Amino acid sequence: MGESILHTVTIICIVFISISIIILLYRVLKGPTNPDRAVALDTIGVNLMALCGLLAILLVTTKLNDVILLIGILLFIGTIAIAKFLEKGVIIDRNRN
Amino acid sequence: MKTNDLILRTTTALIAFILLAFSIYLFLAGHNAPGGGFIGGLMTAAAIILMYMTYGLDTMNKVIPLNFKLLVPIGLLIATLTGVGSFVFDQPFLSQTYTYVHLPILGDAELATAMLFDLGVYLTVIGITLTIILSIADDN
Repeated sequence: MGESILHTVTIICIVFISISIIILLYRVLKGPTNPDRAVALDTIGVNLMALCGLLAILLVTTKLNDVILLIGILLFIGTIAIAKFLEKGVIIDRNRN
Repeated sequence: MKTNDLILRTTTALIAFILLAFSIYLFLAGHNAPGGGFIGGLMTAAAIILMYMTYGLDTMNKVIPLNFKLLVPIGLLIATLTGVGSFVFDQPFLSQTYTYVHLPILGDAELATAMLFDLGVYLTVIGITLTIILSIADDN
């Protein structure tokens, strides 16, 4: 009984997070400015982390835990690179002082 | 124009250590769990690139005075030598072996020579990734 409830709740959460990703995809395609798209892509990544965790619950495995941390790290670095490009036009600059 | 990026600098100082620790964990976990030399090297390169993005090229060249092109031949040499080393023990090329040892702090551990080959992959991946990205960033 308990496992059945967990399974059902996990499936419902996966469906809702998928709907959230689809709505965010609309913002990526439609967003009037580039910062809108950057923030939407960042949020899609956070939703992907949640999806990964729910999938790990569904498959009863711990091997996906590294993937969640990995997505978070790559998301952070990618968002900082996009933000620096939008701000200054260069990602790795020569001298910061 | 001088920009005030105190938040980025402080966050990078904290996160770069977590990234380097995670990359070393991935490198050492590769024998029994997901991970290995390739993804560990990519994570180390990501940590170093994050520091390059935050602190700039001149500062980081002073902090890490190392030509990353040098890591590629060193890594390939380590990987080849682990293969050649098996000739010493009258075994075919690239034979791997393992043994159980008792380490002082960590206790009983299984040490495999496949980890030395992985170390070569690790260094080569770091060298190639950083060489590609820094030579793109370095043009004037």
